[in-house]
Amino acid sequence: MLESFVVRALVGGIGIALVAGPLGCFVVWRRMAYFGSSIAHGALLGVALGLLFGVGLTPAVLVVSVVLAMLLVLFQHQRLLPTDTLLGILAHAALALGLIALALMEGVRVDLMAYLFGDVLSIGWIDVAWIYGGGALALGALVLVWTPLLAATLNEELARAEGLPVGRARMVLMLLIALVVAIAMKIVGVLLIVSLLIIPAAAARCFARTPEAMAVFAAAIGVLSVIGGLAASMAWDWPAGPSIVAAATLLFVVSLGAGGGGRRVAERR
Amino acid sequence: MSADGGTNGGGGAGRPLIAGVDLGVKRNGKTLLEHVHIEVAENEIVTLIGPNGAGKTTLIRVLLGVLAPDTGTVERQPGLHIGYVPQRFEADPVLPLTVSRFLLLGTPRPPAGALDRILDETGIAELRQAPLHALSGGELQRALLARALLRDPDLLILDEPVQGVDFSGQLDLYDLIGRLKREYGCGVLMVSHDLHIVMRATDRVVCINRHLCCAGQPEAVSRHPEYVSLFGPRAGELAVYTHEHDHAHDLAGHVVPADGGHDHHHDHDHDHDHDHAHAHVHNVAHDKGTGGAGDA
Repeated sequence: MLESFVVRALVGGIGIALVAGPLGCFVVWRRMAYFGSSIAHGALLGVALGLLFGVGLTPAVLVVSVVLAMLLVLFQHQRLLPTDTLLGILAHAALALGLIALALMEGVRVDLMAYLFGDVLSIGWIDVAWIYGGGALALGALVLVWTPLLAATLNEELARAEGLPVGRARMVLMLLIALVVAIAMKIVGVLLIVSLLIIPAAAARCFARTPEAMAVFAAAIGVLSVIGGLAASMAWDWPAGPSIVAAATLLFVVSLGAGGGGRRVAERR
Repeated sequence: MSADGGTNGGGGAGRPLIAGVDLGVKRNGKTLLEHVHIEVAENEIVTLIGPNGAGKTTLIRVLLGVLAPDTGTVERQPGLHIGYVPQRFEADPVLPLTVSRFLLLGTPRPPAGALDRILDETGIAELRQAPLHALSGGELQRALLARALLRDPDLLILDEPVQGVDFSGQLDLYDLIGRLKREYGCGVLMVSHDLHIVMRATDRVVCINRHLCCAGQPEAVSRHPEYVSLFGPRAGELAVYTHEHDHAHDLAGHVVPADGGHDHHHDHDHDHDHDHAHAHVHNVAHDKGTGGAGDA
């Protein structure tokens, strides 16, 4: 019999993987990996604020992530500095402020490692509820904006000319990434969250012939990574979050060898 | 200021589908377009030409309704369907997508058989299950055309529809566009750099360089002094072969009506030397290409 903390970790991790896979496809297609990392780094400020004001950590991280995402959208309208520079400034400023705030807090001993690399074995049923509530919301919203977002990813000018709500779809995507960062932080930590978005999606690419198939495969590969990572963590006493990421990476490497898609593409070219 | 005394010179063309009236666009204090008039009617091909940076794509974006003009208005026939082929389209291999899925993406479901018919018409029927990113330049342009046609367009707006296509492929594509115009009875507005080929495949030419330089039948435009000053004296000569022109233009770009009357003065702050150099490259290619065997 599995211990109940293992069951919670498994259920929570699988929930994250199910939403991170499809969302991660857009992160990969739209080259938003750095955007995701920036939001995740900034999330540590949310942790500090959550502790400071005594509100739950997940809502605090969610608020800070959403605010960061909105700021980035605003900043993207200026042309003077490249977007990745702005992302870096915002992310590291938020990270630094978060670390300072955590250090200054009197009487609170914070296990920084748990936030940086996750502590999936300590999640409670409340966290699982957040994951499934937030995850269902995110997947529902993603389904709603799927077509305009996909069209805009292919060619924004064409999507705009065809009257699709491109701006709204992009805004929704950014908010969803912020949401997933907030609910996934407990699982793998702020430094590893983006890997759950991009590695399963990247591994899914060579098996998929349609965008929807890639999203489903990414979710499945994510679930396998969570199961494999937690199993390795149990068996050899590895840290759980990093083990999940390592398992995902292993599946990615296997996909490079197994997927004939890449080779077929090369021939057709 | 158009060569034939008005922008509406299409022979045999029907009602106007879309009309841009006195369009002006400024960005960051820079004038991208001013006082541009353009009109496309049913069943005519209008080609928009102009040097690099002339505002051709800006004008297209205004007509599409993607960009709001600072001055002027765009009048569309009510319920107008526009099929659009953008200037730059790159199919990214990271996004798995078959050709037929690409055509149907974001469209209300077309009538039964429409997809097959359009794939046949554009000559890409055997590619319907091919990954989009594996298409050649010509195949991709055909797929984009097919996608535009699937939207049952009254007007096709094609921003450089033959880019990335080899010379014989370009001729095929222009033939296809002409055939589609006849079959669908739609209007076509296309942007092109290929002065030589375009002159033959178009009903009317509109030449802009931020302002409207001249517009009218291809022959009249190719003789127009401002056209000649933009593209070099030989551009018109090669396209039409019938006209000798006095090439003594200064680089300020005078706007002279076709009857050779009085000058309107326009301020040009762009680099004419560059434009001329560009046009000469085209001319060399045209010299070789007139027999249809060129490798431009």
